Amino acid sequence: MTALIETTGLTKHYPAGDGVVAALQDVTLAIAPGRFVAAMGPSGSGKSTFLNLIGCLDRPTRGSYGLMGEDVGALSHDRLADLRSRRLGFVFQSFNLLPRADALANVELPLIYRGMPKRLRRERAAAALAAVGLGDRMHHRPTQLSGGQQQRVAIARAIVGSPDLILADEPTGALDTRTGLSIMALFQALNREGVGILMVTHDPDVARFAERVLRFRDGRLIADETQSAASAEAALAALPEADAAA
Amino acid sequence: MNALLPPITTAARRGIDVLEALRGALSALSANLLRSILTALGIFIGVAAVIATVAVGEGARRQVLAQIQSLGANLLIVWGGSATMGGVRLGAGGRSNLAWDDAVAIAREIPEVQVAAGSIRQTFQVVAGNQNWSTTVLATEPDYFIAHEWVADSGRLFSPEEAAGGRKVVILGATVAEMLFAEEDPVGREIRIRQTPFEVIGVMARKGQNPTGQDQDDTVFVPYWTARRSVMGASRANARQVGVISVKVHEGENMAAAEEAIRVLMRQRHRVAANEPDSVSIRNLSDIQATRDASARTLSTLLASVAAVSLLVGGIGVMNIMLVSVTERTREIGLRLAIGARRRDVLAQFLLEAVMLALLGGAAGVLAGIALSHILADVAGWPVLVRADAVLIAVGVSALTGLCFGFWPARRAAHLDPITALRHE
Ligand SMILES: Nc1ncnc2c1ncn2[C@@H]1O[C@H](COP(=O)(O)OP(=O)(O)OP(=O)(O)O)[C@@H](O)[C@H]1O
Ligand SMILES: [Mg+2]
Repeated sequence: MTALIETTGLTKHYPAGDGVVAALQDVTLAIAPGRFVAAMGPSGSGKSTFLNLIGCLDRPTRGSYGLMGEDVGALSHDRLADLRSRRLGFVFQSFNLLPRADALANVELPLIYRGMPKRLRRERAAAALAAVGLGDRMHHRPTQLSGGQQQRVAIARAIVGSPDLILADEPTGALDTRTGLSIMALFQALNREGVGILMVTHDPDVARFAERVLRFRDGRLIADETQSAASAEAALAALPEADAAA
Repeated sequence: MNALLPPITTAARRGIDVLEALRGALSALSANLLRSILTALGIFIGVAAVIATVAVGEGARRQVLAQIQSLGANLLIVWGGSATMGGVRLGAGGRSNLAWDDAVAIAREIPEVQVAAGSIRQTFQVVAGNQNWSTTVLATEPDYFIAHEWVADSGRLFSPEEAAGGRKVVILGATVAEMLFAEEDPVGREIRIRQTPFEVIGVMARKGQNPTGQDQDDTVFVPYWTARRSVMGASRANARQVGVISVKVHEGENMAAAEEAIRVLMRQRHRVAANEPDSVSIRNLSDIQATRDASARTLSTLLASVAAVSLLVGGIGVMNIMLVSVTERTREIGLRLAIGARRRDVLAQFLLEAVMLALLGGAAGVLAGIALSHILADVAGWPVLVRADAVLIAVGVSALTGLCFGFWPARRAAHLDPITALRHE
């Protein structure tokens, strides 16, 4: 089976003052489809840079990157946009929902850029919202939703186009422990259905729910370990009852 | 591919839903409603002012045109008195050096001329029953009605025989008919001019005001020789004198050539020496029309520049607010790019917003301009005419303004780096 992601000597330099910052250096790895992978490392170690390259939002300075066998390095802006739209879904630390639009419209957004007819779009967006447990909040605006609910809307938006891979940069960074755990439980549920997940975090408590952990330092991949993932459902159940109201 | 949602089979289609895009633009504009309104105000005011002024200008132009046409086409008016007398018009009691026979000579000797009719006018009290009215009595012959394109609304005009035979018949202008007979039909009734009874044989069709604002319908028409014998005769030294000669030139003939021929003929007939100025002055009504047209053109040029300036100012306002909007929504743009929008999608989105903003301002301006025109028409009584092409041009130009001034901000949005945009605070 071809790898979902394959990088060889992936390197990213940023200009800084007179010289350059090597944000990412010589990363070579492969990720199979449908895996839950965490990228860890201290601040400034290149995690986000790596994620952005994988997400086709940025181009590498050197090295190559293949997404489902397709060499991304040579693609035009439009083709990259097309790849993002069909293969990838993004989840951000700060949700990035459109404040004026309700949950359903936010989730519909990626489908608009795929030229999907309205009726179909609505159906799919509603199904995606139901899949993240927000079937009853479709017409709420972001300001009328809790942080955890907003992140669920963002996840629904990420999965609505049936992506092969969700890219999440600190998805629990803005959430409390319980809500963070529920998001991890949702990721694990999605992953069981076959969605690949690449998640950046600096929190080992979050990384333990992944089945593989990439460790970065100073732009280099210093460790690449598989582990038996902890269950987020179990962790949630183990939380003291006092927090249950959240 | 995952098992969560059914696979998407419409992947090939990547056209953007136009309705959705319009709705998106509207919702973005209404999110900052006050700001959008203030921005569109520049274009709104410019367009409204232009629509109203064009309507007023056009209304006035049409009115003048109608007035000039009401005087008669291909018409030359020959005045007694030399050109050095300038615009000084001979009053009712003044002496004219024009004679009845001059009109006859013009009609006979100048081939370009269709008809030439001498006329003389004087103000009298006219009486019908116990009603009386002070009006202009115009003594002339039937050719006058051909030259000035007067037609009877009821009854008839007088015949050449009536004119030559001195019969006491009169045709009333519409205003006079109203004043003396109100609702009744004057035809067949009798009026008195200076004690002399005249039989009313017709009432003229209404012509309205002439370009100098005089009511052309406040006139009664009597045969020339009748008037000379029974009404005006005693007050005139020269019994064959006329005030002006109305000359109608054949359709398609050169007016200037006819004018020159009349001038020369009059010099001969009045025995003007070579070194003396002309004995008559001739007015060509199409000259007046040309002058008015030229001033109307100057006015439209002026208006066009005012419109251009106001649209420029409005356009800069649109550009300014779109730049602000792009900056404010940097994260939104980053997000849209991340989830699959192409650069041209973002470009189209912001361009559409700018065009909508300008177009809504322009459309509201058109409505306000039309409303203003009607108010001017109703309240100030000005003749206004809102021309459809002016409206279309105004709307088109506002859309174009949005397109031009929205392009740069939209391009800026489209070329944002998604990563930087997503990090924007
Ligand atoms: N656009 C940029 N221009 C210049 N330098 C950059 C840019 N983006 C990242 N860097 C630098 O590249 C390095 C890696 O940054 P990156 O954002 O990938 O770190 P990170 O691991 O995600 O850190 P954090 O945990 O704080 O988010 C840092 O030294 C950062 O300063
Ligand atoms: Mg980061």
